[in-house]
Amino acid sequence: MARIIVVTSGKGGVGKTTTSASISTGLAKRGHKTVVIDFDVGLRNLDLIMNCERRVVYDFVNVIQGEATLNQALIKDKRVDTLYILPASQTREKEALTREGVEKVINELSETFDYIVCDSPAGIEHGAQMALYYADEAVVVTNPEVSSVRDSDRILGILQSKSRRAEMGQDPVKEHLLLTRYNADRVERGEMLSVQDVEEILAIPLLGVIPESQVVLNASNQGLPVILEEQSDAGQAYDDAVARLLGEEREHRFMTAQKKGFFSRMFKGG
Amino acid sequence: MSDSAATDAKQSFQLKSASVSLTALELYYFENDEFEANLRDKISQAPGFFKDIPLIISLEKYEGLDSELDFFKIIGTCRRHNIHVIGVRAGNDDQRRLARGASLALLPGGSLRDKTTSEATVDKGHQAAAQPDTTHEPAPARIISQPVRSGQQVYAPDGDLIILAPVQAGAEVLAAGNIHVYGPLRGRALAGIHGAESARVFCQSLEAELVSIAGHYKISEDLQDNGWKSAVQIQLRDDVLVVTPLDKA
Repeated sequence: MARIIVVTSGKGGVGKTTTSASISTGLAKRGHKTVVIDFDVGLRNLDLIMNCERRVVYDFVNVIQGEATLNQALIKDKRVDTLYILPASQTREKEALTREGVEKVINELSETFDYIVCDSPAGIEHGAQMALYYADEAVVVTNPEVSSVRDSDRILGILQSKSRRAEMGQDPVKEHLLLTRYNADRVERGEMLSVQDVEEILAIPLLGVIPESQVVLNASNQGLPVILEEQSDAGQAYDDAVARLLGEEREHRFMTAQKKGFFSRMFKGG
Repeated sequence: MSDSAATDAKQSFQLKSASVSLTALELYYFENDEFEANLRDKISQAPGFFKDIPLIISLEKYEGLDSELDFFKIIGTCRRHNIHVIGVRAGNDDQRRLARGASLALLPGGSLRDKTTSEATVDKGHQAAAQPDTTHEPAPARIISQPVRSGQQVYAPDGDLIILAPVQAGAEVLAAGNIHVYGPLRGRALAGIHGAESARVFCQSLEAELVSIAGHYKISEDLQDNGWKSAVQIQLRDDVLVVTPLDKA
């Protein structure tokens, strides 16, 4: 049985697709057979970030509607050979995702993959609810600002009430907080919420902190998951996050302003 | 209160003792236009909570003439506002005869208890604070141990609500009785929604968007001067919400 991980946030533009690309790549690099599904039907982006947009022939909706088989639609990544991408349709609407259709695809993928990463669209409507419905774990991507935190809180409530695990009365979806676009300088100047602030408000365990970085933007534009930029802060931070997702203990990094020569553990617990 | 419309029990049903919490409208005098205006005013303070509630008319404090006591008008006015008058409490023989004529249930005098004081026409300041409900089995408290997240609503329609986690901004918690939040209260808390003025709100950190007791409310802006971000209780005194630090209580 595959482990199903949804990458979600409520708010748009916080880094869900960037995170989905990096986490799925990171899992695959460690040898786990991984598929990443783009649930953002109508606004597909994942294929751009994964640099496979020219190889999309069939998509998720085609598979749901029986117009193509899963094997026809899955795109094998050129960099990591245990990684596959199931792209979203650009021309359909999110209503094309039915619960039964999504279940059928996820069940079929579960038979051969270790991890299924679901890249959720923004919002809390149908598309986002389909992406999170079958999840075992959720990576809640949050920027250190009030509106993003509020939306993350909202999506956490939906995970608790509208996921399959909630509806079936099973163990709740395991929640992880991933703080992205973190700028320690601006936090010190009081212009951004700190890690502790966000952790305190959302009350879920911290998976990682991804520093704000030009590298992320450049990597996205080149169609490279930023986790493969192994020399960069952001790449290493994603690598740490993947390790923690797999149960490894790693100290949190990139949380203090770079001018300072030391870094102190800025928060209690993990 | 017990459901006592006892006829012979047949096989098709079974009679059981039921205990429900009701809102009582304590009537001082009756003049239909004024009554309706006051009712509309009350409902506007907590729209939604009055919708389709059962109501009993309490006559203990009625001072008007029996001849002015027109139950058909009272029932009609309440119906127009989606409130269902189901019976009367207390009252003298004449008044109770009038009530029976209007097909209302007759409930025993309310000298026993005064749990749900609905502020119907005139507000009364004098109220012994936090009188415990001792007369019958208390409604069980609803206990929530997960955070109440933005967009979620938790409702305890009969008794107290106890939350062992944060109530987040954009969340709403409602109770007929008291609300206890063992965590920060960042959302909206409405206690005593059926009119219990003795209800209180307790929280470990007051950061609320709104706190309401029996329809009297304060919004975040008005709460920040006193006890903000600290452990407090909030209660109603002379129709004003009073915030007191818990360590000085």
